[in-house]
Amino acid sequence: MRRYVVLRLLQAAMVLWAAYTLSFLILDVLPGDPVSAMAVSSADQGVVDPARIEHLKSEYGYDKPLPLRYAGYLGAALHGDFGDSVSTGRPVTSVIADALPQTVQLTGAGLLAGVAAGGGLAMAATCTSARWLRQLLLSLPPLGVSVPTFWAGLMLVEVFSFRARLLPAFGNDGLRGLVLPAVTLAIPTGAIVAQVLSKSLLTVLDEPYVQTARAKGAGRARIHLRHALRNASLPALTVIGLLVGQLIANAVVVETVFSRNGLGRVTAAAVAVQDLPLVQGVVVFASLVFVLVNLIVDLVYPLLDPRIVVAGGRHWSSA
Amino acid sequence: MSSILDKGVTAEAALRTSDAAAPAVRRRDGGARAVRFLLRRPGLVLSILVIAAVVLASFWPGLLTSRDPLTGVPAQSFRAPGGAHWFGTDELGRDLYARVVHGAALSMKATLIAVAVAFAAGGLLGLLAGFAGRWIDDVLMRFVDVLLSIPALFLSLALVTALGYGTVKVAVAVGVAGVATFARVMRSEVLRVRQAVYVEAARSCGTRWYGVLGRHVLPNATGPVLVLATLDFGTSVLAVSSLSFLGYGAAPPAPEWGTLISDGRNYLANAWWMTALPGLTIAATVLATNRIARALDGEWAGRR
Repeated sequence: MRRYVVLRLLQAAMVLWAAYTLSFLILDVLPGDPVSAMAVSSADQGVVDPARIEHLKSEYGYDKPLPLRYAGYLGAALHGDFGDSVSTGRPVTSVIADALPQTVQLTGAGLLAGVAAGGGLAMAATCTSARWLRQLLLSLPPLGVSVPTFWAGLMLVEVFSFRARLLPAFGNDGLRGLVLPAVTLAIPTGAIVAQVLSKSLLTVLDEPYVQTARAKGAGRARIHLRHALRNASLPALTVIGLLVGQLIANAVVVETVFSRNGLGRVTAAAVAVQDLPLVQGVVVFASLVFVLVNLIVDLVYPLLDPRIVVAGGRHWSSA
Repeated sequence: MSSILDKGVTAEAALRTSDAAAPAVRRRDGGARAVRFLLRRPGLVLSILVIAAVVLASFWPGLLTSRDPLTGVPAQSFRAPGGAHWFGTDELGRDLYARVVHGAALSMKATLIAVAVAFAAGGLLGLLAGFAGRWIDDVLMRFVDVLLSIPALFLSLALVTALGYGTVKVAVAVGVAGVATFARVMRSEVLRVRQAVYVEAARSCGTRWYGVLGRHVLPNATGPVLVLATLDFGTSVLAVSSLSFLGYGAAPPAPEWGTLISDGRNYLANAWWMTALPGLTIAATVLATNRIARALDGEWAGRR
């Protein structure tokens, strides 16, 4: 087991390093001149000063060849220094750290609401004996994954803010402002949870031990809660990594829709002004979260399900 | 009873007829099966109709609307949906239905490019990894793992930052984000087929590697990849529209679906249709492709 943990940690570190390198290469090597883009984006009214370009070139290391520049950047990144954001002049790490709490709050609320709604839907659909109700409930998740997230958010704003005037449409103020964005995030999340969980519940309900429980006179609810759900939720756990990746991606869109401050807004703005250090910082941060969540799922899974035997073999992140 | 007799008769007839006639019988049978299959699934028929309409709109928009998507009548701005304007009009009095119909071309172009990039690059990677094996497999799959470790939207955003704005660039960015999934599916299919007995037989008969690849491995490995391509079509529609909603797609006057929604956003309070109807179009398209993918994946293949 210890061997497995160490190997898995090493793999996670390697994947992160590779993600850093990939994002560096994408932003650095692809066509387009980053320095003049930066100079234009930070210049006043389009007048670009040649001296400013020279200054930026030396500041960001573009006067050095690519391998040296990469080594310098990677060394700094290992010390937690991702450079300074071009548009704000502040260190990338502190820009991300400032924006993070809002996004954690939003995605956390979205994840909770999504898991609760999706889980409830799957339970209700497998529990009910009414055929039409089951078919109706099971037709909702495919709908949830087909709807564009930003559009769902806008429709919620239209109905609950502009028509019913119940909830604020924009901004970061308090719990009331959190409801609509969290519900928007919960739609695709809940849809995936419902799909995975209902499928695994239906499999589990065919198992012999469920029949045994039924034969012994256990009621529908008891079978579901005590026997089926506990076994069915284990396979559903594996999609959590996927869900978290999707949540931070959707947060970019949702924060833009609701004009909330947070990491997503920062990302969208950074892409818009070609703030390369900030974009790279955000991309690496997103994959850090993604890799960490998958690592935790992989490490916790054998503890939850004793049937799983950990072989010390090499299999990389099973995202 | 009569149906059993009928079947017996056709089977006998098929046995008696020459080899040349046998495939024709089978094909007619296949057609009847397809009709029966579709009749039992009204949702699937609807999905096919929706996709047909979208294809029609993107190649021949003139068949669905005669109005110009770019010029409006200022006096008719903000008309609600009705007989004259099915989807209403926007702030400049342009017909929204015409804009959605003409926008299909841009959205479908972006989506097709995205799927093609993911399909070609991912398929090639997976094919090479699965067919070559050994260290080539290892190196390629580690690269695919790295692609998978960056959440798709962030990979696309990094590419958009590097490449710049525009429909084609956004499409390429979305396509690259889909490469890893295609590579994985293609590789696992190639590995599965490579171990089949008929491949071993072909090998032992002295067939060259390209013969094995072209005649045996590729035709048998592409099924699940095509299903994935259908699914990826829906995913790409969503991703492309998200990126153009964020403002990285087509430049303003062009009526791309995601851009239409972000335009409508400014008038959400007084003109709901400008946001709602283009969004419903996207949702219907994605829902339809997902339904078709499900049919291709399980229901149709399962009855063969």
